[in-house]
Amino acid sequence: MKRTLALVCMLVLIAPFALFAGGAQESAPVVAANPEDSKMGGVLVFGRSGDSVGLDPGRETDGESFYGSTAVFDTLVEFIPGETAVKPALAESWKVSDDGLTYTFNLRSGVKFHDGTPFNAEAVVFSFERQFVETHAYYDLGPWKYWGYMDMSNIVDSVVAVDDLTVQFNLQHVEAPFLANLAMDFASIVSPTAVAKYGEDFKNNPVGTGAFKFVSWNKDSEIVFERNADYWDGPVYLDRLILKVIPDATARWLALQKGEVDLIDFPSTEDIADMRAASDIQVIQQAGLNVGYLALNTQKAPFDNKLVRQAINYAIDKSEIIEGVYGEAGQEAKNPLPPTMWSYNDDIMAYPYDPAKAKELLAEAGLADGFDMELWAMPVARPYNPNARKIAEIMQAQLSKVGVTAEIISYEWGTYLGKTDQGEHQAAMLGWTGDNGDPDNFLWVLLSEPAAIPPAGNIAMWKNSEFTDLCRQAKEVADQDAREALYREAQEIFHEEAPWVPIAHSVVTVPAKTNVKDFVIYPTGKRVFKHVWLEK
Amino acid sequence: MLKHIFKRLLLLIPTLFGVITLVFFMIALAPGDPARVMLGERANAQQLEQLREELGLDKPLIQQYGLYLSRIVRLDLGKSITSGQQIKDEISERFPATIELAIWAMIFASTIGIIVGVTSARKRNSWIDYTAMGGSLVGVSMPVFWLGLVLIMIFSVWLDLLPTGGRMNVRYYFQPITNFYILDGIILWIREGNSQYLVSAFQHLILPTIALGTIPLAIIARTTRSSMLEVLQQDYIKTARSAGIKERRVVFRYALKNALLPVITIIGLQFGLLLSGAILTETVFSWPGIGKWIYVAIGARDYPAVQGGIIFISVFFVLINLVVDILYSVINPKIRMQ
Repeated sequence: MKRTLALVCMLVLIAPFALFAGGAQESAPVVAANPEDSKMGGVLVFGRSGDSVGLDPGRETDGESFYGSTAVFDTLVEFIPGETAVKPALAESWKVSDDGLTYTFNLRSGVKFHDGTPFNAEAVVFSFERQFVETHAYYDLGPWKYWGYMDMSNIVDSVVAVDDLTVQFNLQHVEAPFLANLAMDFASIVSPTAVAKYGEDFKNNPVGTGAFKFVSWNKDSEIVFERNADYWDGPVYLDRLILKVIPDATARWLALQKGEVDLIDFPSTEDIADMRAASDIQVIQQAGLNVGYLALNTQKAPFDNKLVRQAINYAIDKSEIIEGVYGEAGQEAKNPLPPTMWSYNDDIMAYPYDPAKAKELLAEAGLADGFDMELWAMPVARPYNPNARKIAEIMQAQLSKVGVTAEIISYEWGTYLGKTDQGEHQAAMLGWTGDNGDPDNFLWVLLSEPAAIPPAGNIAMWKNSEFTDLCRQAKEVADQDAREALYREAQEIFHEEAPWVPIAHSVVTVPAKTNVKDFVIYPTGKRVFKHVWLEK
Repeated sequence: MLKHIFKRLLLLIPTLFGVITLVFFMIALAPGDPARVMLGERANAQQLEQLREELGLDKPLIQQYGLYLSRIVRLDLGKSITSGQQIKDEISERFPATIELAIWAMIFASTIGIIVGVTSARKRNSWIDYTAMGGSLVGVSMPVFWLGLVLIMIFSVWLDLLPTGGRMNVRYYFQPITNFYILDGIILWIREGNSQYLVSAFQHLILPTIALGTIPLAIIARTTRSSMLEVLQQDYIKTARSAGIKERRVVFRYALKNALLPVITIIGLQFGLLLSGAILTETVFSWPGIGKWIYVAIGARDYPAVQGGIIFISVFFVLINLVVDILYSVINPKIRMQ
């Protein structure tokens, strides 16, 4: 009896392994036999943290959705890989009228949607009008949230097909960042025929002109794409692209080690050292398009005094914060713009950590004995700030060395946002992740005078007319060099006036197998695979 | 018997009403403005107002509750805020994955749990008993998340025997038929003569099954042991033994049948708990089930989805309990009589 029982136990435990151990290996990627081009072929699996909500880029707002739609769709202009400036894509060239109100795009000819229908001016007009012309047949498939986020209804007046391959955008007012908006996912060009065919279900059956055609989607599991052999910006090397959902960061890393996936998103910081040590793993990194900061409320004493704000900047040692909180995932900030953004002013010298200088400035401001302040920290991890409360504790200790007593205050996240945008705080941490890669998307939204009106994006409530004028001018000239000069100057004013303590830019890390070639991190957060290839 | 079932079904109504009310107010009274949280840093006044209106947050709480109840009565769980899909569609897309995993975990836990429990009881105070009960104590207190990662580390990465997560090798480009992958695997095997889907589905089930089944296994083993010990003390067992009936027959024929009654209750309860407890397992093993879906919905403050998901699981839980009760009365006529 004893033996029988033991045997049964053993069998139950071992049977599954014994039965299937032989077949357990994942099959190797299928290699296309194409001796002329060794880059061709292969299946790439990208392990990411969450599923797409939908694949119609006009409707969605989350990065995971755009990971999928970016593969399927193109935009009129697109970001230069790894940069924030734009280059021609579905539009071969464009002209801006002298008054800055009319943008005329010459479209690429001979491009076809995946369903075989031609890409033309009509499709462009369709893709945009569905998002803002309320009488449009497919307007009701919205809400078109990103169109709203980017305030496009107050920028675009009309989109007109001049001829089959020419499209004209008429603007309501001069708005230079408009061009960068057209490189964003919501401005993707969709197949009108497919939208008409699928209606509401287009988000599950996307049809565009992009490098990959949509094949299938198992919710919360994987989305499969295949090569678009006729791609206008080809060749596309990968046979197939699979976006696989692996919610847990450690599990993603384990899957990468085992070779089930070829590259992964959002690794946990603690694993990065191991990843570097592994011989078959490469760690691709770049500063993200974001900034985490401490806003000093310039409408409240003592931060209405520039000297006090500068003193706080001298009193905070960012290197300790990076080391203690961000680790590998952060880079010290000195400007409100992230370093990957064009017009980033690298000539500005960050405030060094100098408690003596801080005390000096405080004395000059009449606060030689220091003061008490509230230091607000958000309760949640954000992309630009993984642990605000811990940062607040480090700051608190540092500030005490210059005689400033900081009391850490936190609210539930929704309440926190509601209170800070009303300016109820004295000093509060917050941050921003950029959308369109344009400096305006940081400087205007976070620091201009109009943005200081509640609900404020400018939670330093900083009202500096010189800074605002520079940013306004930069909105109104189309010439990129001229804009760059204006933004560089604006950053100098920001530095001198010190409405924030810029804390850090989080670093985006994508660990990959070493045979994954030509993968570039896009600062705007896109994951683009159209020119990626696998070394065999 | 029918009357008994009918009575139990009627009793479901107040239970469900309670659950629905509790879920509604728990979420409605949670601090913070959901619209704010959902829009995050980029909210402007106009968007906030629009979203509040969309969510019905601009109405008084009682009115919101009334509207909510009237929708539930019509079996309308509403639409998810993040995806815009009907919540019942979202649930039905994911529920098979959860059920499949829960069933396997229960089979695993019950079979081994009962075997271990019976063995322990028979070999009371032997080293087998001590090892088994010590092991089950470890099992009960094992953090599922950690156990899952350790299993992946050992069996997937080091031994390279099993996949790290998911339900199927993604390179097979599998298209589900019923969404129960083992069943789909069998169908495809019969239809196309290709067993790779069945093999892959099975391989993907092993580690999550062990991770999810460990706690119930430990509980079942302990319950079986104590129940068995109690039964083995009974006079009729002594009588059977003294009558010279073979020990194996005494244990399996006479003792086990009675000892299993409390075990069935435990199995039923554990099965219900598995559905909600699957959140962690589903997350570690990238299992596209309902637990992970609710977890994501909570993070996104997708309140209609959270409410819908919890109500669905509660209903299921209550129904499982009903089935257990009925089973119980089938096995034990004494209960039916009462």
